[in-house]
Order: sequence, then C-alpha cells, then structure tokens
Amino acid sequence: MDVLGRYRNLIVLVGVLFAQVLGLAVQVKRTTDSEPTRLIRIWAVGAVTPLERMLVWVQTSTGNVWHNYFYLRGVRAENRSLKAQIERMSLEQVRISQDADQARRLQALLAFKEQFISQTKAAQVIGSSGSEQSRSLYIDKGENDGIKPDMAVITADGIVGKVLHAYPSTSLVLLINDQSSGVGAILEKSRLQGILKGTSAGEVTLEKVMSDETVPPGEMVLTSGGDGIFPKGLLVGRVTKVGAGSDLFLNIRVRPAADLSRLEEVLVVTKIDERQAQPEQTGAARAVDILAERLPSVPPKPPENGEKGATPESVPPTTPGSDAKPKAMPPQASGGSAAPTAVNATKLAPAAGTAPMPPSGKPPVPKANASGGDAVRVFPKKVSPEPVPPAVAPKPQAPVQDSPQ
Amino acid sequence: MAITTYTSGEQVEVYRFSIPATVLIPLAAVFLQAWLPLRIHFFSVFDLPLLVVIGFATARRSPLAGLVTGGLIGILQDALTHQPIGLYGISKTVVGFGASSLGIKLDVENAGARFLLTIFFYVVHEVVYFMIARGLVGLHMAWSWPHEFLSGIANALLGVFVFLLLDRVKQRT
Repeated sequence: MDVLGRYRNLIVLVGVLFAQVLGLAVQVKRTTDSEPTRLIRIWAVGAVTPLERMLVWVQTSTGNVWHNYFYLRGVRAENRSLKAQIERMSLEQVRISQDADQARRLQALLAFKEQFISQTKAAQVIGSSGSEQSRSLYIDKGENDGIKPDMAVITADGIVGKVLHAYPSTSLVLLINDQSSGVGAILEKSRLQGILKGTSAGEVTLEKVMSDETVPPGEMVLTSGGDGIFPKGLLVGRVTKVGAGSDLFLNIRVRPAADLSRLEEVLVVTKIDERQAQPEQTGAARAVDILAERLPSVPPKPPENGEKGATPESVPPTTPGSDAKPKAMPPQASGGSAAPTAVNATKLAPAAGTAPMPPSGKPPVPKANASGGDAVRVFPKKVSPEPVPPAVAPKPQAPVQDSPQ
Repeated sequence: MAITTYTSGEQVEVYRFSIPATVLIPLAAVFLQAWLPLRIHFFSVFDLPLLVVIGFATARRSPLAGLVTGGLIGILQDALTHQPIGLYGISKTVVGFGASSLGIKLDVENAGARFLLTIFFYVVHEVVYFMIARGLVGLHMAWSWPHEFLSGIANALLGVFVFLLLDRVKQRT
C-alpha cells in the first residue's frame, strides 16, 4: 500500500497513457469499418463551431455593410470592364458551344457516358483543424443541408478536397494537400494518369507516373474521374517541378489552382449525373458526317479583283457550260458545326478543278451532270447577298475595349 | 488549508483556477487554434492548447491534475482533426504530467524560466507526437530539428504572454 501511495501519480499516468494507446489501436484497426469516436467528435465540434459560426457571421456582415454601402469606389469602372468581358466571353462561348456540340456527337457515336455536376451547395469556411498534421477545414453546411461524406469540394479556381465527416450542421473537409488524401489525376496534354497525394509538409505531388515519361513544368493537371469522387476534367493545378522519384516513378510537384490557405467560400458537389451523351440535333448523325467534320474543310475561294462581293454561294459550277441545278443539301447534323479548331482551314486554298466546300463544312453529295458529263459537285445557289459564314468558325476577335474613364 | 510543497527548503506556492476558467480557457484555446490559422496563416506554427496545458500544470503543481487536464485538452484537439483520437491526447498527457512535476521542483514564476520550460516541453510534445504518429498510427512524418526548435522558440515567446494572462485568473489556495 505504501508503494502504491508513493507511486500513485506514476501509476495513474501509466494507466491514462495505456487507455489512450489502447483507444488509438482500436481506431487504427477499425479505421475503414466504422467510426467509434463519432460521439466525441460531435461533442467537440458542437462545442467549438458555434463560436466560429458567430465570428464568421459578424465578420461577413461587417464586411458586407462596408463593401455594399460605403466602399463603392471604382464600381463604375469595374462595371464597364465586366461588360466588355461579357462581350468577349459571349463570342468565345459561340465557338466553345460549337466544339461541344461536335464532341457530344462523337461521344454519342462511341456510346460515351459523360459526367457533369448537376447540383452544388455553397458553403462558408468557418474553421480549421488547427493542426499542421491534419490539413482539413470546417464548413458551415452539414447533414441537414444534404452534405454527405465523400462529396467533392471545389471552388471556381480548382478542386479543394472532399467531405470526410458530415455532422448535423457542419462538415469536415479533407484538403488535397493532406497526406492521407488521394485524387485521381491526369495531365492535360500528355494524358498521363497518376494519383495526387499530399505530403506531410502540405505540398501536393503527382505520383505513379513512370520515370521514362516526359512531363514539362507548367502543364495543367486535371481530375481523371477515376477516384469516383471528383468528376472528370476539373482543374487541379499546374506542374511546378519534376524530378526523379523513388522506384520507377517521377516525383512531380503540383501547385494547386485553388489557394488552399485562403479559402473562404467553397462549393460542395452534392449531385453528379452520368448520362449517355446525346447530340443536340434533329436528324440522325452518321459516321461519315462526323468524320467529314473532323477533316479540314476547304474555304470559299477569295473573290478576285473582278468579282468583288461574290459570295462562295455565287460561284458557278466548275464545269463550264454546265446547267446543273443545285441539289438540296442533306440534313445537317447540327447547324453551324465547326471543324476542329486545330486546323486553320480558312487558309487552305481550293485545289484546281474542285469546287469549294459548302458552307456547312460537309462534302457535297456528288451528282451526275445533267448533260451526261463527269460527276461534279454543285451547291445550292444562295440569292441572298449576305455573306454566309464559312465552315470553320473563325476565332472571335477580342472586341475593342472602351478605355476606362 | 493551503497546500504547500517544499523545494530545498523554499516554499512553493500552489494555485487553483475557478471552474469557469478551467472550462472556458481550454475551450477558447482550442477554438482560437482552429479559427486563427484561417485568418493569420502563420498561426498554425503555434500550439495554443499546449501553452494552456503547461500554464495550468505549472500553476497547479499537481501531477494528477496536470495529466488529466493535458489529456482532456489533447483529446478535444484531436476531435477536431481527422486523425485518430489520442495523438494529441497522449502527448499532452505527458506534457501535463511533466510540467506539473517539474513545477514542484523549480521556480517557474519568472519569464526566463517559463520561456525555457516552454521550449523544452514543446520539443517533448513534438517528439511524443512524432513517435506515436509514426509508430502506432503509421503516418508519414518528417522530423526536422531546426523547424521544431524554431517553432519551440515561437511558442515560448507566445507562452510568456499567455502565462501572464493566466496569472491574472489563477487563485492562491
């Protein structure tokens, strides 16, 4: 008894440490099956996050009052700039939508399934784990808002992480630079796939890329969709450094596109839909049409000096004296589809003895000459003096911006 | 009756904290540790809950109270991370026990002693955490003496101010 009394403190210390080590061992063993410490975490989160919510609310409200009612300097200039930006983006959107139409048709032909984000939930970052060993954040949305574990968390700049634990009114988000995170990633140009991992120092590396591959610094890294959490094609970041790694793999350092240390608001992807790609068209797409669009088209012959104002449609049939009537064009796969932008077909000159391509960019259907000659290509003659846009949509030029006053 | 202990014949005072202070100060420390790094990015270098554990332990000078306080604050801190609960709990239990045991033997009322004590216990805390994280949980952690030492100095500087604040709420037994 005397010994017990003398070493009482030490015995209690050993007992407490033993109990905690035992608890740790149980958690490590059962880490994938269930969450035995959920109750403790809920209590801790419940004790700390209300204060964080309150402070964030006060901060946001104060900031809103200041920015929305008092500090409006430069708003007019910013408005002008944004309008100009909208105009530029509208033009860009036309080109992109044409490319997207074409991609959808190709995907439909190949029976591709596409993933897209159909529902997101905006959330505010209210706290962190407070530990350098646990790079995670708390957001102000939880189970009550439809948040569930393993949902992707993104910003407009790039991906952020995934929901690890969802509590009633808050959620814990594991950042991509935590060492226990893993994201399926793909390099934009080389299409090399790897796994994005965090390090203990809070950096992000792309692993499992073979050392005999060439990865230039600056290349963009996108999500590959292979992890089942992030939809394919979201921006992750850029390669900053490439070096020899362990074993047969490269050590690729990636700088995340989203600034993970200054996050204030994020989007939780609450729903990802997967559906068969369907082209937006009325007629059935044929493989030949798709292939034809992939090929570089021949632009209208530039008007010569004596034919100023002549449109491509006003070009007569190539066979002199031919009285071939215009033939109705086959149904379009979709209006105004564009050839791949990689080929600048507008600079191609038509070959001798061939007619220019029709405005749709598709090869015309050959038709026997009415006079019994060789088959020639004919096009519907358009009466309208308005020039028809060429098959390949030219890249929109940036409009002249108004200089800010 | 005041509890007194003796070190080389010199009387050492023992303090206590009121129940609200005992509950709210650790909660505030854990809260600030979770909230401030979002606004002040370098704040993640500090370990405010650890400073509170050392402050409480050295003031109370009771190993039992020290290890229990350290364990509870550590578990609370663990619960906010995604790591298994017990990593900070064990580390802070050891620190709480050690700081209170050392507090009995040393005079920790002056700023210089507190500064050195905080550096020492910060490093002890990190060593224990590192060993458990690598040995038991299997985390891949890198150890860097310069980093730990500089972090220890930063924490010790902050600790001097935190202990001054704690001095205001502690009560003589």
